Amino acid sequence: MTQEKLERVAGNGLLSRRHLLGMGLAGAGSVMTNSALGADAGLQIPSWSKVPGPGASGYGNRSSHTEHMQRMSGNPNPTYPGGGASRSPLAELQGTITPNSLHFERHHAGIPDIDPSMHKLVINGLVRQPLVFDYEDLLKYPMVSKIHFLECSGNSGSLLRPSPADGSAQSLHGLVSCAEWTGIPLSTLLDEAGVDPAAQWVSAVGADAASMGRSVPIDKAMDDVLVALFQNGEPVRPEQGYPMRLFCPGWEGNISVKWLTQLKLTSEPSQFRDETSKYTDTLPDRNSLQFTFPMGTKSLITSPSGQMALNRQGIYQVTGIAWSGRGSIRRVEVSADGGRSWADAEIESHQSDKALARFRIPWEWSGGSAVLQSRATDSEGNVQPTRDAVLADHGRLSSYHNHCIQSWAVNSNGGVANVYV
Amino acid sequence: MSMYKRALLFIFSVTLASIGFVSFAQDTVLKLGSPISEEQLSEFDLIAGPDGAGFPSGSGSAAQGKQVFDTRCAACHALTGEGTSGNTVLVGGDMHSEGSPLRTVGSYWPHASTLFDFIRRAMPADAPKSLTSEEVYQVTAYVLYLNGIVDQNTVINRETLIAIEMPNKDGFIDKNQVR
Repeated sequence: MTQEKLERVAGNGLLSRRHLLGMGLAGAGSVMTNSALGADAGLQIPSWSKVPGPGASGYGNRSSHTEHMQRMSGNPNPTYPGGGASRSPLAELQGTITPNSLHFERHHAGIPDIDPSMHKLVINGLVRQPLVFDYEDLLKYPMVSKIHFLECSGNSGSLLRPSPADGSAQSLHGLVSCAEWTGIPLSTLLDEAGVDPAAQWVSAVGADAASMGRSVPIDKAMDDVLVALFQNGEPVRPEQGYPMRLFCPGWEGNISVKWLTQLKLTSEPSQFRDETSKYTDTLPDRNSLQFTFPMGTKSLITSPSGQMALNRQGIYQVTGIAWSGRGSIRRVEVSADGGRSWADAEIESHQSDKALARFRIPWEWSGGSAVLQSRATDSEGNVQPTRDAVLADHGRLSSYHNHCIQSWAVNSNGGVANVYV
Repeated sequence: MSMYKRALLFIFSVTLASIGFVSFAQDTVLKLGSPISEEQLSEFDLIAGPDGAGFPSGSGSAAQGKQVFDTRCAACHALTGEGTSGNTVLVGGDMHSEGSPLRTVGSYWPHASTLFDFIRRAMPADAPKSLTSEEVYQVTAYVLYLNGIVDQNTVINRETLIAIEMPNKDGFIDKNQVR
């Protein structure tokens, strides 16, 4: 396909998403032809095609060539044993489902080693009859499967600092992941215990060393909250709450209490440490917002993204992820000129509620400088704000719930970096 | 089989199936939870709320709490409560200071109940749930004392703790109620 036939849809090289279909980015292929084949010699049969490999195995491993894909975590803190987080390698993943081994983590006192036969789930407080459930019994209940993102409310918080960090999609935004969660609707179990009309909140407590607690409003608890037992088809992993976790779709991550062991119905929130001292958002007027549950409408270009290098001029696929805690993603626009002009990206997803969507748009890099941005709109009409708008609205005294537009600058050498515009 | 008989059999089958479905649906409302009493949960349920629910009997003063704090808490929080790292500071701060305010128990926390609740469930970080209820009351009193909220000899128990008005008690907006 010749350059003349490419339909330009926005400034600085953005091409119509129609070119994603059918053409297979032939333009890029033609640019790459020489380097792709290497030397003049013809293609040879590779060595692995001449010897039988190992047979079937009990538990699969990834290719040794992909072992560099790792979660990124900080150094252990002796005053915070087991505490901390690890971030998903967003730029190296595709589609919308995060492999369980690369799903981000956030722990408040490490990962407990729970024997499921000894684990209990208690429902008490303002109920007709307090109940205790065994893991084996819970496995017998009718379950539902839902694909949902999970995002730490501290994700992307560093973008509110005065100067832009030299970071990657992973280091700046890796506290978001997406999985298929299978479990029992919480309403099923609450109905069995019999909810007292005076109950307005459900206090959820985990079985970790911090006995992490969060209060969930009863309306949400009876709506779409799950007691999740499976993640992408397998039992929830220890770092995600084995043998069970609460899952509150669309809401800040830590309210989906892991290692769930107690649900207490109360008339008022329990005012746990992690909903008062932490996970509250101080505004410029010094008041602090509490119970800021839904995660904002957000998107992120994962390729090209921070700390990558473009090594040739030509056509690239700009791709990334978008999500909203208030609905599904209806639109993602991409800019290559720092927000002066925008073009609609192709959205490829199941369009499921409160889940990641994948977007793509072709872009021709002509070797000059560019600033790549993406902007999401959800099914409720919420539009992802600029960084300036978030700062004007919420200031920078708290870094929770930042969902501003990310700007990746491409310089004339092809280097990609986090910038503010 | 005549058309009439076939039709009758079909209607019969459909009726059977729908009866079967209804009874099937009723049978599958599983109820596998075992009844348990709140009394049986008294050791298990650690939730101590701002309304006073869930607090154990017992009491303690800051004077009593100093020894426990110095032994079990000071390694991370320092003897003065000023902390050994950014996230272990317990005292000081002013929500109206210039720049980013230091948010501590004294300057930020809206409820005194949270202090007891958190210490009992999660502290000390290297051995959570190893303090007795008396010790939790004592350490709670001591942290409040370090913040100048109670006197050294104030007796902290369920009633006196929840009656304490924290300095920043009015500094929060319940976003869940803001529509």
